[in-house]
Amino acid sequence: MNPIAELLISFFIVVSGVFGLVGSYGLIKLRDTMQRLHGPTKATTLGVGGVLIASMLYFLTKGSLSFHELLITLFLFLTGPITANFIAKTYMARNLRQRDLPQTGRDYGWSVYDDPPNQPKDF
Amino acid sequence: MMYAALYFAFTCYGLGLLFNLWRIATGPDAADRILALDTMVINVIALLILFGIYKGTAVYYEASMLVAMVGFVSTVAYCRFVLRGDIIE
Repeated sequence: MNPIAELLISFFIVVSGVFGLVGSYGLIKLRDTMQRLHGPTKATTLGVGGVLIASMLYFLTKGSLSFHELLITLFLFLTGPITANFIAKTYMARNLRQRDLPQTGRDYGWSVYDDPPNQPKDF
Repeated sequence: MMYAALYFAFTCYGLGLLFNLWRIATGPDAADRILALDTMVINVIALLILFGIYKGTAVYYEASMLVAMVGFVSTVAYCRFVLRGDIIE
């Protein structure tokens, strides 16, 4: 294998390993649940992204350029915010009351506490 | 050199999985456990792709793609169960 390519692949693998470890360490280090939502995003974007770049480079040196690694990155980028939103809503529904939160400024309140209205006016 | 980097990354992600297990065991709230399970899925995806590089085959992409999809669906199902008391209403 080309030594420069091997160096590049090793660099991406080491960087992704460090970021994956940082993401999981943040999960036990940070104090609050809402703070802990911040930690694993590093593991998602930089950790898995670095691994996927390294794997694309590795299979490029073996003679086959493939793009389906990017599918995994795309899928994780699409689903990450939805997951974070759901986890935050779970935390709010179990630990915060409606009077702890600011007003929404709309006709109906926070969707965590109220059932959705049948026909909202501004929809 | 690439194999040394691979062993380093295996160690990092394995340690990360242990941290996630710690958070699942001691998490004060259900949201912490859901978050730790989701992080665990992400770490397993990275481990599978690294194992594919280690073995030199492209078979493990499909496995990691499946793990990503099942992990997302299971996270959403767990959250909906905690939020609404039911998964499909």
